[in-house]
Amino acid sequence: MFGVGGGTSSFAEIEDADLILLWGSNARDAHPIFFHHLLKGIKNGARMWAIDPRRTSSAKFADTWLGLEVGSDIALANALAREIIHNGHADEEFIANATSGYAEFAASVEDWTPERASDATKLPTAEIRALALAIGQSKKVQICWTLGITEHHTGVDNVHALINLALLTGNVGRWGSGLVPLRGQNNVQGGGDMGAIPLRLPGFTDVSDAVQRERCEREWGASLPDQRGWHMSEMFDAMHERALRALWVIGENPADSEADADHARAALSGLDILVVQDLYLTRTAQLADVVFPAAAAWAESDGTVTNSERRVQRVRRAVAPPGEAHDDLEIIFDVAKICGHDWGSPDAEVVWDELRRVSPSHAGMTYARLSDLGGLQWPCLDESDPGAPFLHGRLWQQPLVGARAPFAAVEWRPPLDTLDDDYPFRLTTGRVIDSYNTGVQTERYPSPIRTGDTLDICRADASSIGVTSGDRVAVASRRGAIEMTIRIVEGLPRGLVFSTMHFPGAADVNRLISDAWDPKSGTAEFKATAVRIDRCASEIVAQ
Amino acid sequence: MIDGIEVDAKAGATIRSAAETVGIEIPTLCWARNLNPANACRLCVVEVEGTRPLVASCSRTVEDQMVITTNSARVRENRRSVLELLASAVELDWAESELVAHFVEYEARSDHFDGTKLEEASKIHDDLFAREYSRCVLCYRCVDACGDQAQHTFAIAIAGRGFESRVSTEFDVRLPDSACVYCGNCIAVCPTGALTPLTEFVMRTESTWVQERQVVTHTVCAFCGVGCNLELHVQDDNIVKVTSPSDHDISLGNLCIKGRFGWQHLD
Repeated sequence: MFGVGGGTSSFAEIEDADLILLWGSNARDAHPIFFHHLLKGIKNGARMWAIDPRRTSSAKFADTWLGLEVGSDIALANALAREIIHNGHADEEFIANATSGYAEFAASVEDWTPERASDATKLPTAEIRALALAIGQSKKVQICWTLGITEHHTGVDNVHALINLALLTGNVGRWGSGLVPLRGQNNVQGGGDMGAIPLRLPGFTDVSDAVQRERCEREWGASLPDQRGWHMSEMFDAMHERALRALWVIGENPADSEADADHARAALSGLDILVVQDLYLTRTAQLADVVFPAAAAWAESDGTVTNSERRVQRVRRAVAPPGEAHDDLEIIFDVAKICGHDWGSPDAEVVWDELRRVSPSHAGMTYARLSDLGGLQWPCLDESDPGAPFLHGRLWQQPLVGARAPFAAVEWRPPLDTLDDDYPFRLTTGRVIDSYNTGVQTERYPSPIRTGDTLDICRADASSIGVTSGDRVAVASRRGAIEMTIRIVEGLPRGLVFSTMHFPGAADVNRLISDAWDPKSGTAEFKATAVRIDRCASEIVAQ
Repeated sequence: MIDGIEVDAKAGATIRSAAETVGIEIPTLCWARNLNPANACRLCVVEVEGTRPLVASCSRTVEDQMVITTNSARVRENRRSVLELLASAVELDWAESELVAHFVEYEARSDHFDGTKLEEASKIHDDLFAREYSRCVLCYRCVDACGDQAQHTFAIAIAGRGFESRVSTEFDVRLPDSACVYCGNCIAVCPTGALTPLTEFVMRTESTWVQERQVVTHTVCAFCGVGCNLELHVQDDNIVKVTSPSDHDISLGNLCIKGRFGWQHLD
């Protein structure tokens, strides 16, 4: 956001907010301890709106649940912006001082009347107006989201639509208001900060930034390309085109986690060489030519991870890795040595100090300070810097220091996988509280509340198909068909079905998902698949 | 004035927290850093000049010119009685080490009173939790942690009266059939071992749980982007329990089912 790749706020800020928008996030299940902070906010008087096609366990704590149509987020956000402007609630002083592109943005949302948005979202106009009023009248608004916003073919535009609302009402750069993308994994933030994104160098600077590139080249004694690389979706395309022939997968299970799993597995199987480094023999590892058994980073090795509030924290080795498993760092150092580069003996703190030399945002974070202070939030420029609980406070300085924060006019485009008579149901996927991603780790502990590979559906839709809880059905999309077990649940509207992706061995849900991805982020549309549901499952799958 | 020391306390501070600022420790059983005072155990009582009964220092707030005595003979006698009465009805051999130390400090004898012990079978309904009513002192910590002070799941409450009081699920249904989401935030605050992770319960009953051989290492949970802090309790190079530090501002001692039990995949 505004040239910085991280959420603006600390978790604690939501305790002081007036209004909480939980948009495309079921934090109660997916980020349970963040939800504790959110609940304190509600107890302190905040109102909460849950904006989600499903009435999730999070939505049950909301003052109002807006069950919008899957993929209609931009329609709603644009209409909210228009209402806020028409209500006279735009923060004109902030907009004039700190933003750019406002006139163009205001013109772009002018057509988004509540009536038009109601057509797209299937929400009552009164609720759209009420939310716009609530945002306009609140001093401290926290806008939180997760993959319900980003796993669409318009994922980046969806995020822009939320940023626009924050800029319009001055809800950024002050304690208690802000934009909070809740990261799904322990170190998604840190991976990006370290430069593990195809267009970034350590410190989240662009590869085209000559100053930063030169700083890294000097540190590493090597020349670096000034062109961006491939993101994962592009890599899969390149595998299909045989432009990418060798792959080293570290701590990821794309054979199960990629959209259109059949297609992804074919790509992985067609490689000249596949190397997989993982804790377990995942489905991806089973396709590999070489497997490096790896240590569990959070308990069997030392290092750092960075959470959703940009806080870098220490992970520590508490037990020895089993058998032949080695620390990730050791494996990488060993491979480097075979390739003729002796980097010495691997030491997590030495590597971290190298990062501190090339990333100014991390320069002040010594291992000792990270331990003593319970972590530090970047930017942390030197060893006297306490770190940054929230970002973009500069936008409130007059005169403004630094670049203006840009509005981005975005247009609504519905999901690519359209519903029709052949595929009349919308399937959306997500997490449940006791499991994690493709289940590689969580299937190995005995949860008493495991739901398994169910297809969740409302009672009315189940009746219309003639099925009830426990029945097996065939779920087919334009990519393929799988068998699942019906579970009738509360909280789903007609036409919408839900599944987790945690049990690919029992229900290979990602075989159904389209691998068409957002050209701006490379993220596939996991949240909006058109499916057909039929009884007598085994016959149809066999055909 | 606490035990003859002038104390400059903030308005709204409790007697117990004010005493802590000048290094005076007041024992407690039901108070926990991450919960509101439950006022249940009466172990933290102190004398306040001008007030006839002893007062609970965990919840009574300080007032100007208050004169407090935290360790008089009367206070010590009361604390000893509280401990002895608890021990007459409840098994305390798995209790937090602080509680065991209090017995020594106040010269309390667990056999002073010939009470009736609750002799109920352990409640084990799943692979994660064990509950033993014979160890429960009804301090309310688990109920508060499950309820509106942390988790907001409200799966448990106190049911029954008097000696029949029990921590119970709704209609006493089995735990997996209740609202429980197995975060274990109740286990985390239990001071007596009435609630334990099943792994610890099994080791304790098999006498393989050896606290002195355990080392605690701090790390960060790997199951989402929140970054909850974990304390890995390791015995003989095996993780035997995971807790969360109650003073870290992200997780405040709380975790979800994945954070508290997900480590078992390493076994």
